[in-house]
Amino acid sequence: MQDKIFKALLIISAIIIPVIGVGIVFSLVNDASGAFEHFGFWNFIFSDEWVTTAGKEKYGALPFITGTLLTTLLALLMCIPFSLPVALFTGEYFKGKKVATILSTVVDLLAGIPSIIYGLWGFYALRHVFMHLNLSPQGSGILTAAFVLAIMIVPYAASLSAEFIKMVPSDLKEGAYAMGATRAEVIRRVVFPMAGSGIFSAYILAIGRALGETMTVTMLIGNTNQMPETLRTTGNTMASIIANQFGEADGLKLSSLIAIGLLLFLITAIINMIGKILIRRAQHV
Amino acid sequence: MKKIYLSLIAGVFAAIVSSCGGQKSNGVELTGAGATFPLPFYTMSFDSYGTTGNNKVSYGGIGSGGGVRNLKDGIVDFAGSDAFLSDKEMSEMKPVVHIPTCMGAVVLAYNLPEISALNLSGDVIADIFAGKITKWNDERLQKLNPDTKLPEKDIIPAYRSDGSGTTFVFTDYLSKVSEDWKNNFGCGKTVDFKVGQAAKGNPGVAGIIRQTPYSIGYIGSEYAFAQKIPYASVMNVRGELVTPSTESISAAAAGEIPQDTRCSITNANAAGAYPISCFTWLIIYKEQNYSDRTIEQAKATLDMLQYMLSADVQKTTETVHYAPLPQSAIDKSLQNLKEVTFDGQAILK
Repeated sequence: MQDKIFKALLIISAIIIPVIGVGIVFSLVNDASGAFEHFGFWNFIFSDEWVTTAGKEKYGALPFITGTLLTTLLALLMCIPFSLPVALFTGEYFKGKKVATILSTVVDLLAGIPSIIYGLWGFYALRHVFMHLNLSPQGSGILTAAFVLAIMIVPYAASLSAEFIKMVPSDLKEGAYAMGATRAEVIRRVVFPMAGSGIFSAYILAIGRALGETMTVTMLIGNTNQMPETLRTTGNTMASIIANQFGEADGLKLSSLIAIGLLLFLITAIINMIGKILIRRAQHV
Repeated sequence: MKKIYLSLIAGVFAAIVSSCGGQKSNGVELTGAGATFPLPFYTMSFDSYGTTGNNKVSYGGIGSGGGVRNLKDGIVDFAGSDAFLSDKEMSEMKPVVHIPTCMGAVVLAYNLPEISALNLSGDVIADIFAGKITKWNDERLQKLNPDTKLPEKDIIPAYRSDGSGTTFVFTDYLSKVSEDWKNNFGCGKTVDFKVGQAAKGNPGVAGIIRQTPYSIGYIGSEYAFAQKIPYASVMNVRGELVTPSTESISAAAAGEIPQDTRCSITNANAAGAYPISCFTWLIIYKEQNYSDRTIEQAKATLDMLQYMLSADVQKTTETVHYAPLPQSAIDKSLQNLKEVTFDGQAILK
């Protein structure tokens, strides 16, 4: 009897989550269809106009798709010099030592900091530095947002990369040492080729995290609805435009915001899927 | 073992149910939602209303647009809005009554190191936010501030990234004073600003201004007064440079207002009037019998509105940095309340 109840409970909870997932997609598609029908699917994606004036309303997602992709890619580039050394430090050089445990704990702690805290730090501390160094005339902008995003995704990239670096068999490394390879050569010729696709997938998952980040970006990007011309200027991302404008939106504007949400959902889903496939391949090596 | 769990769950369930039902007293519970701009004033007044009588009022600050939507759906007793409903909006719903509750303004806050007073005029503000005046030492700005040496720095405008009644009042004013603004940007809760940077809510814009030297932005007076952030004097229609204050805001409504109180008082032609002033309204249906509401609820709604218009409550507006309504607006509103009906019968005698 108890067994049956338990089984039934398991089945119910296993079904509920996919049903909710499908429900989310369904309601997104349903509510976004108004915007896609009005502007046309491709036209909506490739139009850079965002005119909210009543009567002349025109909505296009391009500035926000650009903003999202720009901040994410920049964040990824900026996070490599922080995360790769940390991964090598904890996964190879000081593997199993106390200092590595401390470092990886601290890095993991970064992942637990709520994004609003990163936003506050960026807003009150980093903006001044950027203005002072003349990196960004207004302090806020693509560059500032991307820099803070980079720090936010370091723990995701670092700890997963470290796991894959640890998984490289010792036999191979010892063999290389026996042939007189230096440590740098072992890392370049043995560790990276072996753990490469795993490390790559770690960065893909980190991208997935950066794509949807909302609070920090909203506080730092300047929230302007034009195409960003340079990295120093302000912009808006898909997540931040939704967070900013859904409150008072209705009709076509609301539908356009939901359409942007659907696009963001698709982009994130595709990137996560690529990451998962790569991880599976890396584990089969 | 299983029995213990079952009885525990049943017990918790019973506790939840009874606690929900237990709060009901003799009074009526009113719900409203809408504008966030008058939220501190509403929180204070509804609180004191709850302690003086049996009725309780809960108000959710979800934005003017959301409040009106809730009223349309018939799920609230009243909506709060910073913008009065347009004729088109009015035609899409059953007849409503607008009751102004207090006044506020939009002020231009700035961050100019070593400068403690700034004068602006409507056309200059419009050109700053349109990106036509880009330097602080622009000729037209310098002319308005003959005693101050303005720096040769780029102006960084800051504006609201979210839809807001504050933006509506601000752009309503700019559309009245600048033909260019009216044609290129217009007036609305969100406007397509081309220069500067944006942030969410009054705190967001105020944060940018505080943290960014040589910036200027518009924020609600209640927030600026409470935060003691520096703000500019603005020239009104009569050519007077007016500093925003509770007196100069109230002065803006001293002129004629229509019987239904639906009017914009920006750019008001009155002595000592601060030109970017505004009302905020509570909106109710004229026919109170909707969505299974009882006559008690209808009576409580009117009682609450009369309370908001009373001299005692209007006196307290200044403690939370709003301005009291002029007597003419109160008189007209009390008359309008007499038109409110339940099943076609006037509720107030």
